[in-house]
Amino acid sequence: MKDPGAASIEAFRSELVEWLRVSCPASLRPGAKPTEEDRAAWQQAFCARGFTTPTWPSEYGGGGLSKAEARVLAEEIPRVASWFPVASFFGTSMLGPVLLEFGNEEQKKEHLPKITRCEIQWCQGYSEPGAGSDLASLQTRAVRDGDHYLINGSKIWTTGANQADWIFCLTRTDPSAPKHDGISFILFDLHQPGVTISPIELISGASEFCQVFFEDVKAEARNLVGELNGGWTIAKRLLEHERAMLSGGTGRPSDSPRARKGPPPAPKSALAESARPHLGEAEGELADPVLRHRIAQWEMDALCFGLTLRRSGEQARAGQGPGPATSMFKLYASEMNKRRSELLMSVRGAAGLGWSGDDFEPLDLMETRGWLRSKGNSIEGGTSEVQLNVIAKRVLGLPD
Amino acid sequence: MSLVLTEEQELIQQAAAEFLKERAPIAHLRALRDEEDPTGFSRAIWKEMAELGWPGIPFAEDHGGAGLGMAELGVVLEECGRTLAPYPFLSTVVLAGGAVARGGSDAQKREILPGLCRGETLLALAFQETGRFDPWVIDSKAEKTGDGFCLSGRKTFVLEGHVADRLVVVARTSGASGEREGLTLFLVDPATDGCELTRSALIDSRYAARVSLSEVVVGRDAVLGEVDRGAEILDPVFDRATAALSAEMVGLASEAFERTIAYLKDREQFGVRIGSFQALKHRAAEMFCELQLAQAAVLDALRALDEDRPHAARIVSAAKARCSDAASLITCEGLQMHGGIGMTDEEDIGLFLKRAKAAELTLGDAAYHRDRFARLTGF
Repeated sequence: MKDPGAASIEAFRSELVEWLRVSCPASLRPGAKPTEEDRAAWQQAFCARGFTTPTWPSEYGGGGLSKAEARVLAEEIPRVASWFPVASFFGTSMLGPVLLEFGNEEQKKEHLPKITRCEIQWCQGYSEPGAGSDLASLQTRAVRDGDHYLINGSKIWTTGANQADWIFCLTRTDPSAPKHDGISFILFDLHQPGVTISPIELISGASEFCQVFFEDVKAEARNLVGELNGGWTIAKRLLEHERAMLSGGTGRPSDSPRARKGPPPAPKSALAESARPHLGEAEGELADPVLRHRIAQWEMDALCFGLTLRRSGEQARAGQGPGPATSMFKLYASEMNKRRSELLMSVRGAAGLGWSGDDFEPLDLMETRGWLRSKGNSIEGGTSEVQLNVIAKRVLGLPD
Repeated sequence: MSLVLTEEQELIQQAAAEFLKERAPIAHLRALRDEEDPTGFSRAIWKEMAELGWPGIPFAEDHGGAGLGMAELGVVLEECGRTLAPYPFLSTVVLAGGAVARGGSDAQKREILPGLCRGETLLALAFQETGRFDPWVIDSKAEKTGDGFCLSGRKTFVLEGHVADRLVVVARTSGASGEREGLTLFLVDPATDGCELTRSALIDSRYAARVSLSEVVVGRDAVLGEVDRGAEILDPVFDRATAALSAEMVGLASEAFERTIAYLKDREQFGVRIGSFQALKHRAAEMFCELQLAQAAVLDALRALDEDRPHAARIVSAAKARCSDAASLITCEGLQMHGGIGMTDEEDIGLFLKRAKAAELTLGDAAYHRDRFARLTGF
């Protein structure tokens, strides 16, 4: 032990290992077959310690852990349990951090523990049919009516609305103000009359998105977060959290000292290995020199992007928000994923053209659907063009 | 090792930035070029840099060095990139000096390295024989004589060879051109009979030399390392030089980028500042992203070498490829965004374009390093 910090981390680790030994039922151990009864008991014990949201304060149901302790938790759980509860990421990664920053005491006490305990699934009411990249022109109205607001309008591209219980929703509360200054951030229950939810089928055949219609839907006035007409600040903050999430985190180093033992394995490229049977090889090198170079370029970009995330994480001081640089991460991660899918299509040739049926390998069908789905990566969560605008304005300070 | 600079590295960075701004700003490069200075840099300023300890950064304290690593040398080179300071770090310190430190006997190191660290001895590595970089395409021969070797062949693009006190010459003692085995390194005094150097001026206002070797006779004690096994010295030396050059490229690309952004905020056309045009904003933002990736890659490559990490060569190649692409994008776009003034010699952006191209084509361009990266990744 070099310092007291390390000592307290190891003390936490011992306490945690003992707790896991006692609390994780036998059927949830690796290799065993989980029973429903054990799963429910495990979920209850796990959530009671706030481990689904380990770094949230314990007064709001969270684990109350430091970042270092949360890393220990992430290392130790998979050693003991084959399954553990994961709370909805709309709650843990988007609404939760924003409520902690902008919510009042009552809102935090009311909503955060339900996220931690996996009781409420949240969805995000942002885009509208007439407000995509220009999000601030949204038109869904919220009009005060006694203790309530009455909500009318429609949201689109609402991921998982058909599975969700509540929505955090941007609404227009002052139509006469400039567009950024008349928006409020309101939470309400989706299980009520006047809410209609229709799934949207995508080009990939899947339908994870919905359009949601509101007709005189009620939202309690106490569930307006932050200032009335001050919702845009909260909306932007939440988008920073969303972009950090879409780009694969904020740069936690993946190789903790404990995990590193023995010589590292020879570097391999999953993309190149999946290309090998399709392209053939000559003396171990992929036989198509052009595709080989494109794959190498992709792998190098992925490596350097990972280092960029790591560097940014190391630079960020504890307690700071993700900041405008996350716009670069979202942009780069979506473009990388699109390029990877394009490469997988090129590599497989006609084997990648199957839509359904037994003539094609299930993996090929999945990758082709994945290629179609990847086209949305640079549209959802702020288009790549919007990300470039954000970088130009907020990072580079270029004039309007 | 963290990708954030340590306190000591930050101090080196500040000292380097201040010194270079004062003693070797871009105006210094212009003056050397316009006066057709035959050296291409100022020996007095190189001595001042030596007093600050820079040439000695990677060498052992026993040999007059600072006993630091590539991470520290990279900090200095990044700052040199920002002012386009034309000083012989790559040629003398990393390439030839690295070969001596790695392959030399105690006697050879004691003879050469202290003078190098004091800024007195200049070295150059004479290896390249063709245009495109390929380290093992070497035809120059070294034939065994009674008590030494007889060297014959031609070398090109010998960086700072025109002023070198000693050359490290790579010649073939066995095998055929293109083979990694069979190369031997020799320490050669350029004044030896049969050794002729001609100075070539390059686009970046620096000099390299063509070296012609006709029956240059050297003693057995001129051999650096083991006969036929020169590649074992050269491999790590090229990796270190490639990472060092990449660090310089990050510096020059950062400076060219910042100058371009400043121009976009200042220049007015159609009654508005041109930085308000989305066509330029998006390209500027893309340049920013490429620069971020290049910076992170270089920081990790330098640290991978200092840690002797297995597969360090792979991140070195990724860094050089990313830096080559980023520096090319930023200097080409930077010139375009400067418009007509960018085409004039008076505006500095063109100097960045020239140095970026020279650095890109030195020690392998992006295509070379993509190929190497693929091989090192097993495809």
